[in-house]
Amino acid sequence: MSTHDLIVPAAAAAARPWRERLGTMVPILVLAPSIAASFIYVFVFTFWTLYISLSNSSLLPTYGFVGLDNYASLWANRRWNIAYTNLFLFSGFYIVGSMAVGLLLAIAIDQRVRGEAVWRTIFLYPLAVSFIVTGTVWSWLYNPVDGIQAFVRGLGWTDFSFALTANRNTAIYAVIITGIWQSSGFAMALFLAGLRSVDPDLVKAAQIDGASVFRTYRRVILPTIAPIFLAVAVIQIQFAIKTFDLVAALTRGGPGVSTTFPAIYVYDLMFQRGQIGEGAAAAMMMLAAVAVVLVPYSLWIVWRRRAEGRNG
Amino acid sequence: MAEVAPNARFDPEEAAATRRHFWSRFLVYAVLTLFAVVYLVPLLVVIFNSLREQSEIARNGLISVPRSFRFDAWAQAWGSYCVSGTCEGMKRNFFNSLAMTIPATIISTILGAMNGYILSKWRFRGSELIFNLMLLGVFMPGQISLMPWAFLLGKLGLTNSTYGLVLIHVVQGISFTTLFCRNFYVSIPDDLIKAARIDGAGFWRIFRKIILPLSPPILIVTVIWQFTGIWNEYLFGVVFTSGQQQPITAALVALTAGGTTARAYDVMSAAVLIGALPPLLIYLFGGKYFVRGLTQGAIK
Repeated sequence: MSTHDLIVPAAAAAARPWRERLGTMVPILVLAPSIAASFIYVFVFTFWTLYISLSNSSLLPTYGFVGLDNYASLWANRRWNIAYTNLFLFSGFYIVGSMAVGLLLAIAIDQRVRGEAVWRTIFLYPLAVSFIVTGTVWSWLYNPVDGIQAFVRGLGWTDFSFALTANRNTAIYAVIITGIWQSSGFAMALFLAGLRSVDPDLVKAAQIDGASVFRTYRRVILPTIAPIFLAVAVIQIQFAIKTFDLVAALTRGGPGVSTTFPAIYVYDLMFQRGQIGEGAAAAMMMLAAVAVVLVPYSLWIVWRRRAEGRNG
Repeated sequence: MAEVAPNARFDPEEAAATRRHFWSRFLVYAVLTLFAVVYLVPLLVVIFNSLREQSEIARNGLISVPRSFRFDAWAQAWGSYCVSGTCEGMKRNFFNSLAMTIPATIISTILGAMNGYILSKWRFRGSELIFNLMLLGVFMPGQISLMPWAFLLGKLGLTNSTYGLVLIHVVQGISFTTLFCRNFYVSIPDDLIKAARIDGAGFWRIFRKIILPLSPPILIVTVIWQFTGIWNEYLFGVVFTSGQQQPITAALVALTAGGTTARAYDVMSAAVLIGALPPLLIYLFGGKYFVRGLTQGAIK
C-alpha cells in the first residue's frame, strides 16, 4: 500500500514533467493580466499624473519640467482654498452626522421592533441610487420657488424661509444634509451588524447588575464595537474626498464658487480651462488627502492584527 | 402561589415599569417613523411628479398630492424629450448604460473570483504583496487616472465609446472584486483544497467543484456592488463620452441642467426614475444578501 503510494506520483512526475510545471504556472498565468492592469492603474497612472503635475502642460500634456510651480499656483488660488475648506467642513459634518443618524437608527432597530426588514429597506434604499439622482431631486426640494419652502408657505406659514442652496454661506450645508441623507443607511447597516455581533451574555450581565438600557449601550455595547466606528469613518471620509457627482448635480459648485470641492476643481481645470498641469497637481493633492487618512489606518490595522496574533 | 399575589392587587412599581416600557417603545417607533418619512418623501415626490401634469406642478409646487394621473411624462422622458438638439429622450442613454454595466460587471466579477481564489488558495511567494498592490486600487481617486485614461483611450481608439468605459470599469473594479472574493475564500478551510489535490483534482477542477458551489453569497455581493457602482458612475461618463454615447447619469445632468425658463419637472422626474430604476430593482431583490455578505466578508 505505502510503496504503491510512493511510486505512482514519482513515476507520473517523471513521465510528464512539463505538464506538472505548466500546472504550477496556471495560477500565475491566470493572475497575470490582473496584476498587469492593477500595476499600470495604481503605479504607472499615479506617476504619470505626478509627472504631468510637475510639467508645464496646458491644453495637452507636454513634458517640460517646471518643478512645483503648479502646486504653488494652485495653493495661491482662492477657489482651491475654498474647495479645500469645503472638503474639511463637509467631511466633518458628513461623517459625524451620518454616523450619529446611522447609530440612532441601528439602536432603534435593535430594540426588537416589528417589521425590521421594512425599516431597514427604507433606510438603505438611497444607497442604491446614484448621487446624481439624489442631488438632482434634492436640488428641486431646496429650490425656494418650487420646493420645501413653497410647500411650508402653502401650509400657511407665509414667512417661512428655507433656501440653503440660494445663499453662498449656506449652500455647503445643503450638500452636507443631502450627503447624510444618502449614506446614513450604510452606517446603520454596519452598526446593526456590529450590535448583533456583541456577545449576548455580556449584555445580560450588565442588565443583571441593574444597568439601564442607556448605560448598557454606553458602557458595554458601544465600546465593544469601537472598531466599526473607525471603519465607517474611514469609508465615509473616502466618499467625502471623492465627492464630485453629488455637488455636480446638486449645486454645480455654486452659488458662485461657494460649493467648489477639490474633485470639481480638478475637473474644471483639466476639461473646462485647459490647465492640465495644475489640474494634475490638484488631483495629486486629493490623493495626498486619501493617504493622510488611510496610511495611519492601515498601520493601525496591521498593528492590531499583530497584537491579536501575539495574544493568541 | 406567590406569583398570584402581585397580580391580584395594584403594584405601583410594576405599573410604572409598564408605563416606562410603553413610552420607550413609543419613542423607538417615533424615531423610526420620523426618519422613514424623511427617507421616503423625496422618492414619493419624484414618483408623484412623474405622474402629475406640468401645469398642476407649476400651480401647486413640487410637494403635493397628485390631482392628475398620466404617463405622458414617462413616454416623453423615454423616447421623445429634447436634450441639446436631439429629441430621443433617455432610451439611448439607458441602453448605453446597460451596454456598459453588464459586461463590465460580468468581466470584473469573473476576474475577481479567479484572483480571489488564487490569492487565498494558491499562494506563492509574493502573492500577499500582489494582493496589497491590487488593494491600493480601491482607494485611488478617479481624478488621478483621468489624464492617463484620456491618453490610453485615445491610443486604443476608444474615446467616446462604451467599450472605453467598460475597460475603465473593469480595471477599476478588479481591486474591489478581488478584495471581496479573497476575503470570502480565505474562510474556506484549506484542508478541503488539500484533500481535493490529493485526490488528483487540479486548479480548474477545484475551482469548479469546490469553490464555485460555495461562492453564491459573495458573488451576489460583488455583482450588486459592481452593477450599482458602474451604473451610478458619473465622472468617467461625463469626461470620456458626449451626446449620443453618454451613459444615463451624464445624460440626466445634461437634461436637468437645460437652462430653459419653464422647468419640465414632470419629464425630469420620470427621467430621474428611469435612471434610478435598475439599481433600485437590483437592490430590492438582492439587498438582503448584500448587507449580509458585506458585513460578513467585505468589510474587515
